[in-house]
Amino acid sequence: MKILKIEGDRANVSSGGVQRAIGINFLKNPKIGDYVIVHAGFAIEKLDTVKAEETLKLLEEIQ
Amino acid sequence: MKYIDEFRDTGIAAKILKLIEKEAKGLEPVSFMETCGTHTMAVERFGIRKTLPENVRLISGPGCPVCVTPKDYIDKAIALAEIDDIIIFSFGDMLKVPGTNSSLLKERPNGRVKIAYSALDAVEFAGKNKGKRVVFLGIGFETTAPTVAAAIRYAKKERLKNFFVYSGHKVMPPAMRLLAKDKLINIKGFLCPAHVSAVIGTKPYSEISERYNMPCVIAGFEPLDILQSILMLLRQARSKKAKVENQYNRVVKASGNIRALKIIEDVFSIKDSKWRGIGVIRKSGLALSGRYSNFDIEKNIDMPQVKTSIDKGCICGSVLKGVKTPKECRLFSKKCTPLNPQGACMVSSEGACAAYYKYRSGGK
Repeated sequence: MKILKIEGDRANVSSGGVQRAIGINFLKNPKIGDYVIVHAGFAIEKLDTVKAEETLKLLEEIQ
Repeated sequence: MKYIDEFRDTGIAAKILKLIEKEAKGLEPVSFMETCGTHTMAVERFGIRKTLPENVRLISGPGCPVCVTPKDYIDKAIALAEIDDIIIFSFGDMLKVPGTNSSLLKERPNGRVKIAYSALDAVEFAGKNKGKRVVFLGIGFETTAPTVAAAIRYAKKERLKNFFVYSGHKVMPPAMRLLAKDKLINIKGFLCPAHVSAVIGTKPYSEISERYNMPCVIAGFEPLDILQSILMLLRQARSKKAKVENQYNRVVKASGNIRALKIIEDVFSIKDSKWRGIGVIRKSGLALSGRYSNFDIEKNIDMPQVKTSIDKGCICGSVLKGVKTPKECRLFSKKCTPLNPQGACMVSSEGACAAYYKYRSGGK
């Protein structure tokens, strides 16, 4: 899910057109545009897009 | 969706499967275990089990939080719901779990059992309904525990005197240690949970890997994640050198989520805990720590005494340990279906029996 708006320790996130409010207490420096993993109403971690691209590249070249 | 669809590419999946076949060739039969409900679902949903070579067996362990919650916990939760001024809040999949005589779902018509998406829903309700005692059923592993801990801290900040948690929280590594040394199950590698690991990091697995010479790969949820992780496990098994690898490093950091770990440590303390079908595992549960005892229902009420019956015919325990597959249970898909579950493994969509029933795996 992607962070759209931040207010204190709450944020609005969206995924596939669905929006919801979640807690971002556990995130370090959350920013608008961050992809986050959401569980039971809270973001439990950010998704590192650089690492995601690295994994995808590795998968494409896997041998 | 971004960073989901890319990890479902069928062309790459076919390529990894070829590599898996190559690595598995001539290898003694191996069993790998996943211990995460979301992996259980993904493995069935994408039909991964049947695409694997004959000698590579993937088994589902005790990764579904609802399934490992003991029956007497359910019975006590139902008994709490029968107390006049108590309102129970629970994650939805707990509701259908059969207790000895009833389920929370059957208690719902009287309005005393409500579904929560987050523990904060219960805190909010308590704030608006001061005449009621609100009890949140805290079920889940290290991924859920910090969210419930955060809710408890909100309740403390708001000085709520009518919000309580009935903690059935569990931690995963002690169960994995127990399974690692079980000769009957004879696991040759763990597909470590994704979101639990996002919280606890890679360190808890190092000890398991070293002590039991057990390959451990932290795996994401998408088909390519799971296949790549199986390939990594096979390569470790072949080289006979066990280590911890992190396939899901786009989310899981070696250190875990320090903020989430700190809040767990602040609000909870470790205790022994009973797992349905497995028994008591030392230091595998989380109780509210003394500082937060005002919010611990077990410390603020004489807990109802219940008589819990033993499951008859249900082999949920053996399924949770990966010793038996759902198909080996004589109740499976006959007396026990998702609409009429006899045991917890059929209740939660993350349960091995429910996932198996829904997607009808090849049965390997």
